Amino acid sequence: MDVGIVGYGTQIPRYRIKVEEIAKVWGADAPSYKRGLNLNEKSVPAPDEDVATLTVNAARNALLRAGINPMEIGAVYVGSESHPYAVKPTGTILAEALGICPHVHTADFEFACKAGTEAMFVALHLVKSGVMKYAIGAGSDTSQGAPGDALEYSASAGSAAFVMGADNLVAELVDTHCFMTDTPDFWRREQAHYPEHGGRFTGEPAYWKHVSGAVNAMLKKANMKPEDFNYIIFHQPNGKFPAQTALKLGFKEPQFRHGLLTPVLGNTYSASSPLGLAATLDIAKPGELILLVSYGSGAGSDAFIFRTTDRLLKVRDLAPLVRKQLDEHKVYLEYGTYAKFRRKILKPE
Amino acid sequence: MRDIAIIGIGMMKWGELWEKSLRDLAVEASLNCLADAGVDRVDTISIGCMSGGIFNGQEHLASMIPDYLGFKHTPAMRVESACASGGLAVRTAFLEVASGMADYALAVGVEKMTDVGGGEATYGLATASDQDYEAFHGINFPGLYALMARAHMTRYGTTREQLADVAVKNHRNGNLNPLAQFPSLMTREQVMSSVMVADPIRLMDCSPITDGAAAVLLTTVEEARKIKKHPIVVISGIGLATDTIALCQRKDILKLPAIELAGQRALKMAGKTIRDINFAEVHDCFTIAEIMVMEALGIVEPGQGGPATSAGHTALNGKFPINPSGGLKSKGHPVGATGVAQIYEVVSQLRGTSGKRQIADAKVGMTQNMGGSGGSCVIHILEAKS
Repeated sequence: MDVGIVGYGTQIPRYRIKVEEIAKVWGADAPSYKRGLNLNEKSVPAPDEDVATLTVNAARNALLRAGINPMEIGAVYVGSESHPYAVKPTGTILAEALGICPHVHTADFEFACKAGTEAMFVALHLVKSGVMKYAIGAGSDTSQGAPGDALEYSASAGSAAFVMGADNLVAELVDTHCFMTDTPDFWRREQAHYPEHGGRFTGEPAYWKHVSGAVNAMLKKANMKPEDFNYIIFHQPNGKFPAQTALKLGFKEPQFRHGLLTPVLGNTYSASSPLGLAATLDIAKPGELILLVSYGSGAGSDAFIFRTTDRLLKVRDLAPLVRKQLDEHKVYLEYGTYAKFRRKILKPE
Repeated sequence: MRDIAIIGIGMMKWGELWEKSLRDLAVEASLNCLADAGVDRVDTISIGCMSGGIFNGQEHLASMIPDYLGFKHTPAMRVESACASGGLAVRTAFLEVASGMADYALAVGVEKMTDVGGGEATYGLATASDQDYEAFHGINFPGLYALMARAHMTRYGTTREQLADVAVKNHRNGNLNPLAQFPSLMTREQVMSSVMVADPIRLMDCSPITDGAAAVLLTTVEEARKIKKHPIVVISGIGLATDTIALCQRKDILKLPAIELAGQRALKMAGKTIRDINFAEVHDCFTIAEIMVMEALGIVEPGQGGPATSAGHTALNGKFPINPSGGLKSKGHPVGATGVAQIYEVVSQLRGTSGKRQIADAKVGMTQNMGGSGGSCVIHILEAKS
């Protein structure tokens, strides 16, 4: 059975903070971050925004494009590493807000930055199995970076949601492949507020190994070459890793230019590559091939090949485009306000 | 004392070797060394490692390395003198054979530094400074060498460009070394626009954090003549000297008495002067260190290290080539392995097997390996013997 994406939607907070503003506070060298990591600014969630609200807005936008009856959705899956509750699902909040309850299955996924594509992977394959007509897979985060840590320059917020189904597709699923090992490059312990990471260990033996492992296996399985794709999106923890990896694997800059959002968005963790996919669907023409490869620390990559359909052009403008959400109504924060918004300032009870 | 030859050398490509542990590195370099020597006999093992304890939580290498190398029950010891641990391990092996206690002595230097993050690695390295009078007050090695660099610039007029030229030259040499961690070529502009670490020292003035090991096998010249596998390279001079551990305790922060004394002792033992040396591997942990070591050894007059570098005198084809391997800067600096790897390079040059970085007519070479900011120094003089 042909399955794929029926509708997609996104949500990006309006607040931003520039790399210079963070570097100024910590006495760090802003030009080296900007040049070395290809990062300029990142999104910051407002005090009343969390993974639940971001995902509700993204999923509503996805439903606008899907144009289906929400009651026909059989599953709602949200991937994040900043679910508002340690115990209590985000998925039920989302399903309730979208009017899907109570005859629905929900689950929250966590796999560092890969949780979003995990939710998408399961949603796609449940539809493919014929168990349900439609399923939502979303990736969202209000990600955490400890004050002064390298992650603080990139950890940002956003959400992308996808309604998966077997009819009215905007992009048909061609194939998938997953590549996993137990590699502890980045983690956050129970009760810990900020994640820890293995510094340069997060590069070659972690990101590169899994992304290139997934890409090479996916190409082999689908019997395709880098030049067969119109667009590629790799997980984007910064602006450098995905570009460097793509070029090393034989892809060209025009293939990843449209989906590379990190330089102006930061790393939205579970929403990172899904938002890149949404931005690519915003500009793709019918009949084009897209390769999406996520990466989650711990570690693994999910690879997907999609082919866009004619319906994409008909529904594209039914919801805000990613670049519009990125560019419009931006408000730049000073570090103090940012610290308050991100609850980095502790007040006595 | 018996005359000593180096009959085997072993290394591997250095770098961030995520798939190799401390013991893997020591064993691999040692096996490569024994294969190079064509000998399967080791009477004693000396291990140079600065801080297996901090970097890997692993001490007691004197037991672990012989065990995993297949030489269980062999006498072994670990020696430590910070970044000079490797040179000290070679000197220890020399003494074992020269004294007649052993006929075949293996010296292996090893450090596995990427098991910890950058902050912890910097802490580990800073234990080679004076904890009470330096580290505790917040200064670490980039800071100490920055003080020396600034003073050198003020007194002698050494320029920012001259410091950069040390890195440019060493990367040019490392570019020809297949075992170097960072073989990429570097321009003066790239060095001078790299991230500031401790003014005037920038990132590209610093040697990197590296995983790696190197090993050499020593025996008597008499035994070496029987084996006949390689041209014979002898150790004709060794100098070991120490100085204050804290930079602030020195009369003059632009003098390195441990290097001067170790050099004089090694030259005296070899019956040579510095003019008899054709080339040297020196301890360029920072670009300013190479300049100051050249001056301390008498290769150039005080204050002339910078101009001599920029004039090309220390290049591969210069009057006195320095760091043909790429030095610590380009080849990498797994601290305990560095002193042994310097011997590896000089032996390779004297055998005439250094490929594209081969120095023409190399007959007498020197290694200079130092600990901390010059608190200890081991110098070896090696000669090709017909």
